[in-house]
Amino acid sequence: MTTDSTQTRSGGRKAGAKPENSLASGDRAGAGLDRGFAGLAKAAGIFILIILAFVALFLSWNSVGAVYQEEDGLILGRFLSYAWPFALGTVVVAVLALVMAAPVSIGVALYISHYAPPRASKTIGYIIDLLAAIPSVVYGAWGMFVLAPAMLPLYHWLNRWLYTWPEENWGWGIPFFAGSPGLGQNLFTASVVLAVMVLPIISSVCREIFIQTPKLHEEAALALGATRWEMIKMAVFPFARAGVISGIMLGLGRALGETMAVVMVVSGLGFQLSLISAGNSTIPREIALNFGETAPNTERWHQLIALGLVLFIITLVVNMIARWIVSRHREFSGAN
Amino acid sequence: MPQQTKTKSPSPQQNGRPDPEADGVDLGWEIDPQELIRPRSIKGNVLPRWFLPVTAAVGVVVGFALSYLINGFSVNYALWFIFAAVVFIVTSYVVTRQQLNKRKATDGLWRNLVYIAFALALIPLISVIWSVTADGFQGISRLSFWTEDMSQNAAQSRERQIHEGERPMGGGVLHAIIGSLMITLLATVISVPIGLLTSIYLVEYSRGGPLSRGITFFVDVMTGIPSIVAGLFGAAAVQMILGIGNQFGLWSYGPGNYRMGLTAAVALCVLMIPVVVRTTEEMLRVVPNELREASYALGVRKWRTILKVVIPTAISGIAAGVTLAIARVIGETAPILLTAGMLNRVNWDLFTDAMMTLPVYIYWTFTHPIGVGELSYLSEQRAWGAALVLIMIVMALNLIARIIAHVFAPKKTGR
Amino acid sequence: MSKSITAKGLNVYYGDFLAVEGVNIKIAARSVTAFIGPSGCGKTTFLRTLNRMHEVLPGARVEGELLLDEDNIYGTGVDPVTVRSMVGMVFQRPNPFPTMSIRDNVLAGYKLNGARLSRGQADNIVEKALRRANLWNEVKDRLDRPGSGLSGGQQQRLCIARTVAVEPDVILMDEPCSALDPISTLAIEDLISELKEKYTVVIVTHNMQQAARVSEKTAFFNIAGTGKPGKMIEYDDTSVIFNNPANEQTERYVSGKFG
Repeated sequence: MTTDSTQTRSGGRKAGAKPENSLASGDRAGAGLDRGFAGLAKAAGIFILIILAFVALFLSWNSVGAVYQEEDGLILGRFLSYAWPFALGTVVVAVLALVMAAPVSIGVALYISHYAPPRASKTIGYIIDLLAAIPSVVYGAWGMFVLAPAMLPLYHWLNRWLYTWPEENWGWGIPFFAGSPGLGQNLFTASVVLAVMVLPIISSVCREIFIQTPKLHEEAALALGATRWEMIKMAVFPFARAGVISGIMLGLGRALGETMAVVMVVSGLGFQLSLISAGNSTIPREIALNFGETAPNTERWHQLIALGLVLFIITLVVNMIARWIVSRHREFSGAN
Repeated sequence: MPQQTKTKSPSPQQNGRPDPEADGVDLGWEIDPQELIRPRSIKGNVLPRWFLPVTAAVGVVVGFALSYLINGFSVNYALWFIFAAVVFIVTSYVVTRQQLNKRKATDGLWRNLVYIAFALALIPLISVIWSVTADGFQGISRLSFWTEDMSQNAAQSRERQIHEGERPMGGGVLHAIIGSLMITLLATVISVPIGLLTSIYLVEYSRGGPLSRGITFFVDVMTGIPSIVAGLFGAAAVQMILGIGNQFGLWSYGPGNYRMGLTAAVALCVLMIPVVVRTTEEMLRVVPNELREASYALGVRKWRTILKVVIPTAISGIAAGVTLAIARVIGETAPILLTAGMLNRVNWDLFTDAMMTLPVYIYWTFTHPIGVGELSYLSEQRAWGAALVLIMIVMALNLIARIIAHVFAPKKTGR
Repeated sequence: MSKSITAKGLNVYYGDFLAVEGVNIKIAARSVTAFIGPSGCGKTTFLRTLNRMHEVLPGARVEGELLLDEDNIYGTGVDPVTVRSMVGMVFQRPNPFPTMSIRDNVLAGYKLNGARLSRGQADNIVEKALRRANLWNEVKDRLDRPGSGLSGGQQQRLCIARTVAVEPDVILMDEPCSALDPISTLAIEDLISELKEKYTVVIVTHNMQQAARVSEKTAFFNIAGTGKPGKMIEYDDTSVIFNNPANEQTERYVSGKFG
């Protein structure tokens, strides 16, 4: 307190408590509070590290039961043969989603940053962001009730012309399109739903980067007589490359971990090559469907947690790659 | 700028340039820019304004005709869209190329692709909003939707519906709304102080040391944790702690009782903390240093400066960020499904028994409708209604965040 | 109330980099002293060491003695916060707290420190400080409006009022007029000559006419080259520095031959 400290100062001088330096009688309590607050802030930061350490620890600790049981010894093979179809399904559905979402998202981002009328572009950006705000369970319901039936004609067509017809004539059809589409609840529909879900994520990252392109570069290109597309190729893309890639990786991370849309849209369990008939599953789906009925600390419980660990590692690797790409391109780009 | 040279490279004519004179006496341009990249006249190098709308209209009409024919004389919107898009793109490319030049045509081609990508992105948005509102309104317009839980409906057996044709009773989502709000509130109460203090540490105290770099890195890692893994962590952690506590007889819960609101809140914290740290950090960093210095120069201690100058200046951004973080976790389904599970009655107790939440309610009702066959429509409408309520909550939170950020932002220093 | 400042062999470092070297100066109480010199010569750095504001930057440290009357502000056990409550500072750009009203801005030194003031005490401090900053008549009707609504010159005087309100012994000003128009600058300069009746004022300025107008003593700082430390070249009465400097560098600078 300033008023108080003024008094303390003069008081200290009169009493001659520290004759060599009257300034030293600053208030100790205040300095202590200062250190206390700094310590509290630091503790919160350390606490976050502890939480993450706990996440890793709990997952690993509980995963041990999936690969080692007392009566059976090491059962890594058992776990792997159980886990690989789910891991494969997870990666396939996420990559498919990305293949569909990435070009469209970049297009949308370009539309907002460089093509839309300037006054409308902000509003359009909000509208696309709204897509990101819709909870995944709603997308799941939409995929289950609206998208799956709507995709059926396509599946029938694909099955007819890419599998059945070639098989009848040449004895071999593309196995991805084998089998009956049924209700349309399959891995392909799930990947379309995931594509819709990650689209706003990728496009908002790209949009931010595109908007940050230095005006000078753009104008330099336009002043040379470049068309808008040539300007985008010359000035915008080189600048935004790393940012776009990291946006796509972010979308991939989200698609890998997405649960509800896949739970509600895919039906079936076992692994199969066909994308358009019921079958296949993903790690998040397997966990969500079975964790509730599993008694704690059984082999099954450990198996499911180990699956979660596998998923965690996959997404971690994807995120690390994204970070590595961004850091490699940092000096040339607007990302970071 | 290296790009400058590229301007000329797209023109393919460069290969066909005339050889420079044999003895190199030529002091002029090796190539004639006039010929290569410049049109003869500044006029007449554009297509008329009506060209694009007319081509689009042609695309729509021809696309309709083609899809109608191919689909066996019935309307198929997907085919219509595809054909219309293809006709539009091809026509405008060919015409532009004929009338103007290749560069213009390429430019137009990519512009059209961008337009179509945008239109494509709008389709699912409109479809989702439409299906949720159309069926959801039916659900939320019933009074029982807001005032009842589902405990009555569960008592009604499937058999009685099948054999006696009894219709499903009212029932609503009261329990799910209460559960969602309570769990989210608890998660917020835990996450915000931790996240806020951490970002204060990162911005105000750490000076780029290993600890702060470590925190930044691991907060990034946390951002990428899949939500279902967060749920697994919550369940496994609480289960383990309960088990340990049980061995020492600390409480009366038996193992297996990890199903409660608290566990869900813990799981949501893992998802929420990194978001709060990121947004708050960003907001604290944009507080001008001048204000901190002004405060220090008045003899104000650092912690008071932070609490009374820095945070009030950034509060609108922080509040907006926290609101967005809440909006993100309130829609999470998977972690809550694994931790709080589900229940068909109102439960106010975060520490005992499962709890129903809106997302889990939506999921469960859609996948396990009450009522058989046609009678399940009431159940479905309730689920769409719950989805509508959830979307409205999330949208309202987003809107509130924008309003906070806009209205309560302090006026900028200076002019 | 007002105190003198004495620096003895003061070196200022940023990490390993020596920014200012060997400053010896004695600034009398109740006077205006101007620091002039080209950009980057260390005059602002030296000014900030006078109330230990340089410590806000990581790695900054000081060697030597800096006495406020007879107390070394870098002595052991001295809390920089206490020093700053005695040595106030006005910055280059006006920086009123954007979340506070004009009244609260004046009271910021008290409110931020958690002091409880009665309504009467607070009104008294506000009026006294604003009158000393020549701002009272312009803002007395809108004390509850945000401080950021004022013009640049008014904002700067508000910042001076905020500094004066906590009754410091010394007021440091870091190019206080560089972001202001000529009329506002004149108002601040008038204010400085009034403030020296009660306070020790040290002002850093790029404007030599301003130094000549407001200060009694002037110190000229210079730097030999990039990467070299800044030094105080000459310190004397303002009239001597501008009319008859002892050092050739000073002569060249004040006559506009470089810098």
